[in-house]
Amino acid sequence: MLFNKYLKNVQNILPIISGQKIKGEWIIIILSRHVPFIFKFLQKHINTRFTLLSSIAGVDFLGKDYRFSIVYDLLSTLYVQRLRVKVFVNELTSLPSITPIFINANWWEREVWDLYGIFFEKHPDLRRILSDYGFEGYPMRKDFPLYGYIELRYDENHKRIVSEPVEFSQEFRFFDFETPW
Amino acid sequence: MVIKKDQLVKQIKNFTINFGPQHPAAHGVLRLVLELNGEIVERADPHIGLLHRGTEKLIEYKTYLQALPYFDRLDYVSMMAQEQTYSLAVEKLANISVPLRAQYIRVLFCEITRILNHLLAVGCHAMDVGAMTPFMWAFEEREKLMEFYERVSGARMHAAYIRPGGVSQDLPLGLLDDIFQFIEQFPLRLEEIEELLTANRIWKERLVDIGIVTAQEAISWGFSGVMLRGSGLPWDLRKTQPYDVYDLVSFDIPVGTNGDCFDRYLLRVEEMRQSLKIIQQCLNNLPAGPVKSFDKKITPPSRIELKQSMEALIHHFKFFTEGIVIEPSETYTATEAPKGEFGVYLLSDGTDRPFRCKIKAPGFGHLQALNKMTTGHMIADVVTIIGTQDIVFGEVDR
Repeated sequence: MLFNKYLKNVQNILPIISGQKIKGEWIIIILSRHVPFIFKFLQKHINTRFTLLSSIAGVDFLGKDYRFSIVYDLLSTLYVQRLRVKVFVNELTSLPSITPIFINANWWEREVWDLYGIFFEKHPDLRRILSDYGFEGYPMRKDFPLYGYIELRYDENHKRIVSEPVEFSQEFRFFDFETPW
Repeated sequence: MVIKKDQLVKQIKNFTINFGPQHPAAHGVLRLVLELNGEIVERADPHIGLLHRGTEKLIEYKTYLQALPYFDRLDYVSMMAQEQTYSLAVEKLANISVPLRAQYIRVLFCEITRILNHLLAVGCHAMDVGAMTPFMWAFEEREKLMEFYERVSGARMHAAYIRPGGVSQDLPLGLLDDIFQFIEQFPLRLEEIEELLTANRIWKERLVDIGIVTAQEAISWGFSGVMLRGSGLPWDLRKTQPYDVYDLVSFDIPVGTNGDCFDRYLLRVEEMRQSLKIIQQCLNNLPAGPVKSFDKKITPPSRIELKQSMEALIHHFKFFTEGIVIEPSETYTATEAPKGEFGVYLLSDGTDRPFRCKIKAPGFGHLQALNKMTTGHMIADVVTIIGTQDIVFGEVDR
């Protein structure tokens, strides 16, 4: 396909750190400061035309220098091609929002902000989206426990929902059956 | 004392109301903050997350096989379509090939699932708008389809039938005959539903020219599935990137012309007819053979083998404790679920558990365009638009 040839050349034009093909899917890794430019290019250029943003996913690689990766899935309906764009940031760095380029990035970025605590600059409406009103912490981070920190129950005396620190009658058990050899 | 004229004019504020989360037309637990100017919607702010169960987090703590049933519970009206997406993703990561019979069974049941979903979508949409009867009739048919689910997997809804490497078990005797009987009578039922709705004046008054989305807007909002095709874009993942045996069956993609709610309704009805066509082809062409991969690291051994062979017993034990171990890799696999593009971004790290499993739910993408679609419409049209988007909160909130 013409496009596949072209994408190899894209590396010469765009400030891409690396581009590779895993399981037949194209992946490029870029720097966070190049995000608006590269997305604008990929959306508008006649040979790429990635006009549809499928989703944005956050990934937490706990213990790495650049702890979080933000994964954008782009789709070109014209060339019938998908492209994955990855950006790496850590807890202290933020990255520019692509909401001005792809309108539907709005909620996906809100979701990444809610679950991972990655800040998107100039996002029009960066509120929590999936977690409860007044929730604290970023639940999808690898250092956030599966069972969380607080639990809710209905209190018969107060006639309302109360939240308390989570309590277990049995310790949380995590079975690791993987063979050691 | 002179009163200035501008002091006489009263300050008029827009009226803000709370729609849901317990409203029957909210399709579950949607909370909408609507800003109204009279009866006209100025702004709609959907608050979601009231059904957030942390599926993605839970999956990180489960083995690849244990994670599968969570996919039934995302969009709980199109269960097997999501199992298929996840299975395809795992198969891609682990380089598993699936026997042809299993692929046909998958397509067969995915199309049953599509009818199951569209019947609910059309039926509930009609009920939201005020027509009770199509809902009753649609659920009568859904009951038959869920019986097929039950016969093949033992569960009416949360089947966990399509697994990585194939399907969990072969079809029971006589099931195909009954599916054939179903597709023989179903077009008539569909016509009955259409008779009530398609030319109905009330139905058309409520749907025609409501929630218009142009093709350009549909793309920029990241729509998929019926929402995209309703706007005139012939984009169907079953055609553009065929998975399983979708390239071996012939079917048409209906496309809308106006991009309004009525077009999307017509599309859903037509898609059900196309699904029947696919089911018929699957019934005719279903080959004999195994229904799951022979690789014993991927699929469990059969019950008979288990009783006779020591090795099968070891495999069985290893499979259900340790599970599938997958090399570090990643994939974004998307399929055409009844609601749109359902995608799974799966990241493996060489252990028996997914490192990250991102679920791209079509409803999430559609719901964020609700503000755009409802602005300028009457408040009663909000219900129509939620209905046409075919929102299910299991997948939106995950």
